[in-house]
Amino acid sequence: MPKSSLHAAALAVSAMVVFFTLFAGASASTLEDVKARGVLRCGVAPNSPGFAAKDAQGNYRGFDVDFCHAIAAAVLGDAKKIELLPLGLRDGFTTLASGGVDVLTHRFTWTFNRDNGTGIQTAIVVFYDGQGFIVRKSANLKSVKDLNGATICVAQGTTTELNIADYFRSRKISYKLTTFADLDEARNAYEAGRCDAWSNDRGSLAARSQGFKNRADHVMLPETISKEPIGPMVRIGDDAWFHVVRWSAAVVIAAEELGVTSANVDQMRQPSSGPEIKRLLGVGDDLGQKLGLSADWAYNIIKQVGNYGEIFERNVGEKTPLELPRGLNALWTDGGLLQAPPFR
Amino acid sequence: MRGGKFGLVLQLIVLLSVVAFVVGIADNVATNLARLGIKTGFWFLSRPAGFDISQTLISYSDDSTYFTVFVVALLNTLLVSLLSITLGTLLGFVVALSRSSSNGLVAATASLYVETFRNIPLLIQLLFWYFAVVQALPAPHASFRLGDVVFLNNRGLFIPSIQFGDSVWLMFGAFAAGLAISAFVAANARRRAAAAGQIATFAQWTLLPPIALPLAVGIFYRENIAWSIPNLQGFNFHGGITILPELLALTIGLSIYSGAFIAEIIRGGILAVSRGQTDAAMSLGLTRWQTSRLIVIPLALRVIVPPLGAYYVVVLKNSSLGTAIAYPDLILVFAGTVLNQTAQPIEVMTITLLTYLALGFVFSLATSAVNRRVRQ
Repeated sequence: MPKSSLHAAALAVSAMVVFFTLFAGASASTLEDVKARGVLRCGVAPNSPGFAAKDAQGNYRGFDVDFCHAIAAAVLGDAKKIELLPLGLRDGFTTLASGGVDVLTHRFTWTFNRDNGTGIQTAIVVFYDGQGFIVRKSANLKSVKDLNGATICVAQGTTTELNIADYFRSRKISYKLTTFADLDEARNAYEAGRCDAWSNDRGSLAARSQGFKNRADHVMLPETISKEPIGPMVRIGDDAWFHVVRWSAAVVIAAEELGVTSANVDQMRQPSSGPEIKRLLGVGDDLGQKLGLSADWAYNIIKQVGNYGEIFERNVGEKTPLELPRGLNALWTDGGLLQAPPFR
Repeated sequence: MRGGKFGLVLQLIVLLSVVAFVVGIADNVATNLARLGIKTGFWFLSRPAGFDISQTLISYSDDSTYFTVFVVALLNTLLVSLLSITLGTLLGFVVALSRSSSNGLVAATASLYVETFRNIPLLIQLLFWYFAVVQALPAPHASFRLGDVVFLNNRGLFIPSIQFGDSVWLMFGAFAAGLAISAFVAANARRRAAAAGQIATFAQWTLLPPIALPLAVGIFYRENIAWSIPNLQGFNFHGGITILPELLALTIGLSIYSGAFIAEIIRGGILAVSRGQTDAAMSLGLTRWQTSRLIVIPLALRVIVPPLGAYYVVVLKNSSLGTAIAYPDLILVFAGTVLNQTAQPIEVMTITLLTYLALGFVFSLATSAVNRRVRQ
């Protein structure tokens, strides 16, 4: 009898050893990991039309997905080498921090509390959003002020509930809040009449209002009650990777500033182009090397994914069902907030 | 063959391995959190939360702390659990008796109820009650109404409330005094009957003091008492008591689902009392009611109490599915909004886990206490 018991004990000990080995975290260099793996892993918002959702063919498409493509093009030379993981609020940050994904191209807002203490950081802002309200047209409401005493449906967010509380309290408007765990359930409950208004980031409202039975019965109120700068997030403590992500996204914005598109990038890649275009596209210069990337990293991004304007218009722009105007997401030269740091 | 020195050593090894395993995991978590730059600690509980909760049983304002949020969420969980346990048990009791009824129609209806609601996942039932039933109610201006005091619409059930003012404590006192009198009278009657070798019988008026005394106090202080009747102002009803659609749907769904299981537990207990016991009691000349009260119920309770207590813990845990229909319980508010806002998943989940564990443990202790009583 002792023999079999000892056997069991030995088995238990070895199982524990295996378990602890598995516990060891991700390695220090994400860039090397991604290159060795040959595929970039991005965390995206689950089913968010226009930002990250499957199309009729089952392929993920969207604004956030394209930024994942851009980073893959820069690091691996092939925008298609990505793996997407839909993540919710509860698991998003922990999955990134523990190495389950390399970057979050998600709908998460850049805030103080997220930068300090969660083990993650925002690399750059690529989308300026703000919280808005959708109401029924028949209610004949003109502004958020008219919502005094109203019931508002929201989905649990990290900033959603607090934004409403701060805005309504400081203006002494009374309200009732009904909080849902799921984004689509908040919309369904509002549509069923549980609430007088439905609130979320305007981008998200535009995306999810596609699910209404009749979109024309509803209208967005003019006020934006919060600022929601959104951009790719990475783990702290890996500056090389942080820079790869930040500057890959900057390439997308700079390309629009410089008038480089996926269609004309081949013509632009020659000695007679302007000096900043040449630096960006690696003509007679090699910025990629400083990031640990190839000289044609920026060329690959623009060629395979496009510039900011292209990404915006094809996913969420005025010709898409979301019909979002550029607004704050226009270039700084066009009255927006978007600006790439100088490539020099 | 087991036992002896070797067995003891083996048990010790297993125990040490378990302890080492737990310590190892805790250490691993702490080390990795530090490496990933994640700040840990429970300091956040004393910070203001700032957001609003749709249902708060205690006073809650914008400068309430995250700890207050925890208490609010815990009370919401307890409220819906206790409501569902009470209603589910009543329903289960009625259904159990109906299922053993000699009336075929009644028995068949009860069986149909049990088989239907026991075999559909609770989550689907909750979504049905919430989205298909409660949300299909009319808008506030077209409410179903009872007189002009009770209103039912897709924003909830609005009922009048009584404000007792200062006399509320006096009424509580009167109620307690009434209970004590009833208990005293009943105990006395039982003692006298036992001494005379008879079965105790109770006059109906024994139940009167706990009702009459507070009523008398209420009438005496009637100018302190005010009614608050719900009335429609703007978007919503104001005044009275609001029962949120989420609470309504969750209580209905959870009670009906639990009732089906509880009915079977109770029926099992009744069936476990052998026919011979009842026949013996009847042949001794006991009435049908006396047979039930003195023979069947005490014997059946021995079988019913342990699984019923265990099932109450299940109801408590099932109440967390209310998250899916926006009921502001521990999971939705504390392990949801608080977790999101503070970005302290490990602390928040640990607190939530330990809270459910502690609640379940309290339920189990209560069950054991009751069980010891019925076994005497």
